[in-house]
Amino acid sequence: MYRETEILTRANQSTAHESEDSGDLVINVGPQHPATHGVLHLVITLNGETIKNVEPHLGYIHRSIEKMCESLTYRQFIYVTSRMDYLSAHINNQACALCVEKGLQVEVPQRAQVIRVLMAELTRIASHELWWGAMAMDLGAFTPFFHAFRERETINDIMEETCGARLTMNYMVPGGVMMDIHPHFQQRVKDFIQLYRKKIHEYDELVTGNIIFQNRMKGVGILSAEDAISYGCSGPVARGSGASCDTRKYYPYDAYNKVQFDEVLETGGDSFARYLVRVREMQQSINIIEQLIDNIPEGDFQAKTKAVLKLPKGEFYQRAETARGELGVYIISEGGTTPYRIKFRSPGFSNLSVLGHIARGCKIGDLIAMMGTLDLVIPDIDR
Amino acid sequence: MWSFSNIANLVHEVLAEHFNPAITLAIEMVIAGVSVIGLFAILGLVLVIMERKVSAWMQIRLGPNRVGPKGMLQSLADTLKLIVKEGMTPNGADKLLFNLAPFIAMIVAMLLMAPIAFAKDLQMWDLNIGILYVSALSSVTVISILMAGWSSNNKFSLLGAMRSGAQIVSYELSAGLSALAIVVLTGSLQISEIITSQANGWWIFKGHIPAIIAFVTFIIAVTAETNRAPFDLAEAESELTAGFHTEYSGMKFALFFLAEYVNVFIMCSIAATLFFGGWMPLHIGNWHKFNHVMDFIPSSIWFFGKTFFLIFVIMWFRWTFPRLRIDQLLDLEWKYLLPITMFNLLLVTAVAILGWHF
Amino acid sequence: MFIKNYIKNIFSAVKSLLVGMKRTLYYFTHHKEIITQQYPDNRDTLILPERFKGEVVMPHNENNEHRCTGCTACELACPNGSIKVITKFDISPDGKKKKAIDKLVYHLELCTMCNLCVEACPSDAIKMAQTFEHSVYDRNQLTKTLNNPGSKIMDGVE
Ligand code: SF4
Ligand code: SF4
Repeated sequence: MYRETEILTRANQSTAHESEDSGDLVINVGPQHPATHGVLHLVITLNGETIKNVEPHLGYIHRSIEKMCESLTYRQFIYVTSRMDYLSAHINNQACALCVEKGLQVEVPQRAQVIRVLMAELTRIASHELWWGAMAMDLGAFTPFFHAFRERETINDIMEETCGARLTMNYMVPGGVMMDIHPHFQQRVKDFIQLYRKKIHEYDELVTGNIIFQNRMKGVGILSAEDAISYGCSGPVARGSGASCDTRKYYPYDAYNKVQFDEVLETGGDSFARYLVRVREMQQSINIIEQLIDNIPEGDFQAKTKAVLKLPKGEFYQRAETARGELGVYIISEGGTTPYRIKFRSPGFSNLSVLGHIARGCKIGDLIAMMGTLDLVIPDIDR
Repeated sequence: MWSFSNIANLVHEVLAEHFNPAITLAIEMVIAGVSVIGLFAILGLVLVIMERKVSAWMQIRLGPNRVGPKGMLQSLADTLKLIVKEGMTPNGADKLLFNLAPFIAMIVAMLLMAPIAFAKDLQMWDLNIGILYVSALSSVTVISILMAGWSSNNKFSLLGAMRSGAQIVSYELSAGLSALAIVVLTGSLQISEIITSQANGWWIFKGHIPAIIAFVTFIIAVTAETNRAPFDLAEAESELTAGFHTEYSGMKFALFFLAEYVNVFIMCSIAATLFFGGWMPLHIGNWHKFNHVMDFIPSSIWFFGKTFFLIFVIMWFRWTFPRLRIDQLLDLEWKYLLPITMFNLLLVTAVAILGWHF
Repeated sequence: MFIKNYIKNIFSAVKSLLVGMKRTLYYFTHHKEIITQQYPDNRDTLILPERFKGEVVMPHNENNEHRCTGCTACELACPNGSIKVITKFDISPDGKKKKAIDKLVYHLELCTMCNLCVEACPSDAIKMAQTFEHSVYDRNQLTKTLNNPGSKIMDGVE
């Protein structure tokens, strides 16, 4: 804590000093600011309205989830990971469950695999839906936010019916899923797809096709594919720059190798490309769901596992594609019931690190738009 | 017929009977002042609830529905809350300017009300340079915004104020030029004459395409001038938290808020006056029967109907569009609106000289 | 050419704006699309799905009997220590000592509704209730004893 304040004061001092010399304006965006969607702190050096430098300061919502996980058993630690990237809670849980399964060498029943993929894709749509609304709100259009929430609420209702919660479901367990799907699940999902198909053109009418929106997004925040790779970006941020990196394609897990879908790639590298990637990804997720929803195999929804899980001594790594990019779960086991060390490679952290690079020379309004297209979830970055 | 001029004459006669002319004048001024303040307050309440309902319905929400019937008294409750809230002055602020700014914003809005004809014979000051007066005074608003932004001792406020300065100064041009189009057609700057010139049809119908272009550019410029979305860069809550009024709270904030809404009202009423004939009912050439039927609707209803329709349009913009960036905002003005309005002015002049309008 | 492009740009821009405005106007005039739920006015008609995880409860039958054997599996499964099983020894009629619960203390304020305790319970003694209005003025009220006073274990549950 002391160190952090010291660094902060030093940063402030140095920037204050600089500003006297060069006439720069240093402003603090956050930790409480409407556009940071959480407690992110950006120190921005401005020259007029033009950004000279952006420095993200992290740690305001650090809960030491990794350390916490070390004292929880392999069944228990999964629920905590819902609190990292709370918008793709299912996928976080899934990655952890997969990693534990890898260690235990259990075979997940087909039914559970399909259910997991369905849930993960629904989560992805819900997450992109929220991002879409929030992104439009960052640009000053409020109405899309509420329209996006209409569809998102439908997904949340489906989740609530099957998993018992709307946001932090804790539905994935080592060996499968916690409960079987609700009898209404399939019908509800089909209804949702219908609703989605009926409403999706409104998204284009309200936002995508809007000339103001396009002018705000096109050609700003350009990230080249090389930079995307060297900064470690993943997910829609990297795919917007043309860097192919879909974990679901390259390292298929669960039922992903049984479904047909395209990895969405845009080559623009600007904010608009990242926007398009996410909008088109929703469509791909719908495709995946449509392929699976009528073909959920019969069988168990959970493999038989021991009451107390013990991972053999060793190191296990599993990646999964969350709505934000590649999540890595790295477990070191000493053979006990709790992990010796856990490390999460969160997609948001690397994606945020690119902000300073792409925002240089842009206007404040562009910075906000870029933060929107990076789709930052601060608890995911800080953990 | 029941009209405001009769009431005004009646009041004047009663007063003149009892007092000498000087006191009569003084009392009449007080009455006018009080009614302006009253109108101010009522407009604020009505427009706030209107905005909240419009936004709610566009966003598939219900909007305020707790206070009063269908939530119609919500803005009254909001006002009460704002009055009892503490108005804080931040540390290091320029106290004088900080406290003065909201009042300037409000006084400007009040002054702007003077030349507006609310109904037949209901106009406070029919000065012969009405349009010039309005466009001159409306740019004074920027001073209050600059004062607020500068004195708040807050970088967000400062940025907001600077943006607003650039914005209002440039959009003033096309607003003025668009208004000039009608002035050219009418040949007068006086509001009452502009209205009477539309007795046989509104300018938007009589003036062909140039009038329509002038109307569109005027509405855009007015939206920008009053700092409304999509041109609300001075506030831009996702970028600058609340722009120039970040540090304001309580009643001082409410005054800014009120001034914004009243400015919108005034600008829309000017647009209604210029293009839709103010209080003039819908008259079509010499269809005398039709015109006669239209005359039965009171002139104040015509005026407020048109004005509120335009206000709705501006609200509609706000709840549909994303915000522009500062350089795009200036691009729009200097590369599109200004050339168009200038060209349009030429066109209008040609139309006026050749007598092509009806 | 320049002029043509300029005018074309303006028209396509205005068209894109009008399309958006048409959409918002549609919603402005179609009030039946409104999705607001008027909570808490709709409390009576609000039905939560039966799997909704609101709070851990222990169902009792009409004889004030529950199914909990006091095995502490739930306590071990809970990641937050929200459950504390306090056991005692009952003397059964034939003089044998039998382990039973004295109290099953549940800290609602610590619970994350993860459902792990319900999954872990071998005798289905606890389940999730669909309540969700949990706010109280004193946080001590959030510490609950799940078994009713004077309750005992159902016959036949081991
Ligand atoms: S639901 Fe989870 S946190 Fe709550 S008592 Fe049960 S195991 Fe503990
Ligand atoms: S509730 Fe279930 S798991 Fe907990 S002590 Fe009772 S029987 Fe055991």
